[in-house]
Amino acid sequence: MTSAAATARAVREGSVSALSVVEEALARVGQRNDQLNVFLHVDRPGALAAARRVDEAVARGEDPGPLAGVPLALKDNLCQTGVPTTAGSKILAQWRPPYSATVVERVVAAGAIVIGKTNLDEFAMGSSTENSAFGPTRNPLDPTRVPGGSSGGSAAAVAAGMVPISLGSDTGGSIRQPAALCGVVGVKPTYGSVSRYGLIAFASSLDQIGPLATNVTDAALLLEVIAGHDPRDSTSLPEGSPALMAHLDDGVAGVRVARVRELIEGADDDVVAAVDAAAAALRDGGAIVDDVSIPELRLGLSAYYLIAPAEASSNLARYDGVRYGLRVSGDDVGAMYEATRSAGFGAEVKRRIMLGTYALSAGYYDAYYGQALKVRTEMIGAFRRAYARADVLLGATAPSVAFALGARAQTPLAMYLSDVFTIPTNLAGDAAVSIPFGVGEGGMPVGVQLLGPGRSEAGLLAAGRVLERARGDS
Amino acid sequence: MTDFDEWETVVGLEVHTELKTVTKMFCGCENIFGAEANTHVCPVCLGLPGSLPVLNVRAVELAIAIGLALNSTVSPSTFHRKNYFYPDMPKDYQISQYDQPINVGGYLDLPDGSRVTIERAHLEEDTGKSTHLGGGGRIHGADRSLVDYNRSGVPLVEIVSGPDMRSAAQARSYVSELRAILVAVGASDGRMEEGSLRIDANVSVRRRGESFGTRCEIKNLNSLRSLGRAIEYEARRQIDLIKSGARVRQETRHWDEGLAVTATMRSKEEAEDYRYFREPDLVDLVPGDSWRDAVAGSLAPLPAQRRETLATRLSDPTAAQLDAVVVVVDLGFDGFVSAALDAGVGVALALARAANELAKDPDRARKLATSSFVSVLALEEGGQLSSTQAKAVLAELLETGGDPAAIVRAKGFEQLSDDAVEEVVAAAINDHPNEWARYAAGDDKLAQFFVGEVMKRSRGRANGKAVIAELASRR
Repeated sequence: MTSAAATARAVREGSVSALSVVEEALARVGQRNDQLNVFLHVDRPGALAAARRVDEAVARGEDPGPLAGVPLALKDNLCQTGVPTTAGSKILAQWRPPYSATVVERVVAAGAIVIGKTNLDEFAMGSSTENSAFGPTRNPLDPTRVPGGSSGGSAAAVAAGMVPISLGSDTGGSIRQPAALCGVVGVKPTYGSVSRYGLIAFASSLDQIGPLATNVTDAALLLEVIAGHDPRDSTSLPEGSPALMAHLDDGVAGVRVARVRELIEGADDDVVAAVDAAAAALRDGGAIVDDVSIPELRLGLSAYYLIAPAEASSNLARYDGVRYGLRVSGDDVGAMYEATRSAGFGAEVKRRIMLGTYALSAGYYDAYYGQALKVRTEMIGAFRRAYARADVLLGATAPSVAFALGARAQTPLAMYLSDVFTIPTNLAGDAAVSIPFGVGEGGMPVGVQLLGPGRSEAGLLAAGRVLERARGDS
Repeated sequence: MTDFDEWETVVGLEVHTELKTVTKMFCGCENIFGAEANTHVCPVCLGLPGSLPVLNVRAVELAIAIGLALNSTVSPSTFHRKNYFYPDMPKDYQISQYDQPINVGGYLDLPDGSRVTIERAHLEEDTGKSTHLGGGGRIHGADRSLVDYNRSGVPLVEIVSGPDMRSAAQARSYVSELRAILVAVGASDGRMEEGSLRIDANVSVRRRGESFGTRCEIKNLNSLRSLGRAIEYEARRQIDLIKSGARVRQETRHWDEGLAVTATMRSKEEAEDYRYFREPDLVDLVPGDSWRDAVAGSLAPLPAQRRETLATRLSDPTAAQLDAVVVVVDLGFDGFVSAALDAGVGVALALARAANELAKDPDRARKLATSSFVSVLALEEGGQLSSTQAKAVLAELLETGGDPAAIVRAKGFEQLSDDAVEEVVAAAINDHPNEWARYAAGDDKLAQFFVGEVMKRSRGRANGKAVIAELASRR
């Protein structure tokens, strides 16, 4: 399909109308959405109206922006005024937010056309999009397999060619892992570089919105649009949006790359082979590639499964039936809370609320949540030491290629292990990208992960471009 | 020997003050009392999914001002979430400060010279306001509950004292002084009746000389009167319990104003586990020295200093006058008194009128022009108004406002002219020849008789001094 960059260029020049681009996208959605369950909501009238506005702006000689006429999908945990926003949960099935997320305002202001809202694991809790209250999304490359998660819908929308770019959120790998499983590019930006305002919170200290795209350039283009300080998010970094496009072709000559043992160990052979091939490609590009071990990373998964549920148990308290969303009546207010939350939340969400409530409880806090915070501090230190000696860390994104629907649905721990390589970056607040590189079992794509310190997106994307070129693409 | 010779009441207070900011603590909604329900709300203060808090800098400044006024150490601080479910709390957690409050330690000196230590004064957000229909106004058993979120997210500072107070009266004095300080630094409007000051009291008793007893926390005392009565009731209850051989259970109690009793809300075993943890949506709040110093530089004089200032204008103050100074400063009327003194009004008169007449309606008095107060007192000082008349004019000024001279005229308090006084005095002498004879013979006591006569005839409009002068000239 046409890249976002090429589409925007053509629409800005007036050689292609945004309306025709959007109609094509809607047609592609119509062809495959029933099979794949990618979109929970398609905003056809809204998309067509927005496309007409872009075309009118071009006709008036105005510049509609760097994403002019580019169809875009939003993970359904991003608020958009008046558009159903469910977070994949029954508890919000009927909710329409009265406001838009900062990222939504920014993509719309840049001329992008929001096509609709994509499926996700309920409240972004999961790694396969099977935890959605509205049914699983299927992998467009092999519909018997999962697309990964929790941004499975946003990854599948891009992989299926429905839209060239989409937005997801990444709390423990929820952009990168589905990007890897669907064969697209996914970026987990530095914590604080993209405003979380309007992102339905899962774990606030870990959540970060980021782009998914068919290629590195489009991902960079979208990230430039959404990044930059937002006064509505107190954890937003003070800097403006980083220059990414300008550095895309910087290459990796002289860049110190360290392949991390803990980000490969336990991965399937096809995945390990892809990482090896990526290391070789980077070396060919002029990078200095080394192997390192960062043992602290092994602690990431267990720390994450205390910190994220703890924050979630608090973030999800507000779904109580009082003000919005589902309400199931009860004899008194306590019974109403219980009935509402019992009916409204799925099993995985309940499991994490209970885990998190327990981890924060008096008498257990020090042993669980408090201990996890110490591990997090250790991990930040370990990364800092690693980045003193390397510019980019290299590893796998996920331990395997996309697995079959249902294969891990009954074994939470196996599912949690899907994120073992991505979680450390969230704990550290750093940046990482997943780049499709190589093919594994069943012809499914493999993703390799490039990790860097905070604010290293430009370098990571430039390295991603090197892999893209080595792969034989543009 | 009464019980209170043998027993001692121990009180520590948690005072919640709503901060007088233009907007709420974490959003741009107006911070306003008494508006139509749910008209000052937005995604943030309604806790809608995806919304995020942004700290109001003005709320921090007022918290720092409170800390400085309470001799606290303004400290690097953090925010925590206090997790519990309640319908008037939109996020089902309250953003508060926990182990690192902005103001650490401090003390407050009361007018009687006693000192109450301050443990902390921290920032937090207010909840919405529930109204329960049916079931006696409590959520349990209510038919329906209505929630107004206008108050949700209003900034609060919670000021926690040490267990330093030993009587209901001292607790009341502490709250009065604290309230005056909060008003003085511009943090609060001090309106307890509107809930801008809410108090929880920790009360225990002990035999004098023994260590602290088990305490009970009495929630939501919303007036000085309730505070005093609740503490007295609770102390009595605990003493009776112990004397009967029972033990005080640590628990949270509710003050029932109608029944004038405290009643169990929940026991220590039922106490909530709030699962405090750092609020990940906010960054650390670390007020630098320069910010603190800027706030310190803009602090208005505090009540203690203002009492001092006023007291120095009393040459040989009586105890009653010193009490009046406390009242006047507490109510913020010292500006009125100083202005009256500057205009030559005697200090006794100025203090009395401020502490008694203005104090009858403090809210309206605060809107009264200083010049109006001064001109009424000047008339009284000059004898053109009697004390009764002056009080009536002040009452009218508070009631309706307006121009003092116009009120004096409208009430017919304008004094008789010298000619008219001569006329009335002459008539009185004519009607009372015997009394006049005695006065003329040197019996000065009769002067008051004639003043009374003249007042009666002129319906109080004569100037007593002028009458006496006229009588003397005719002797």
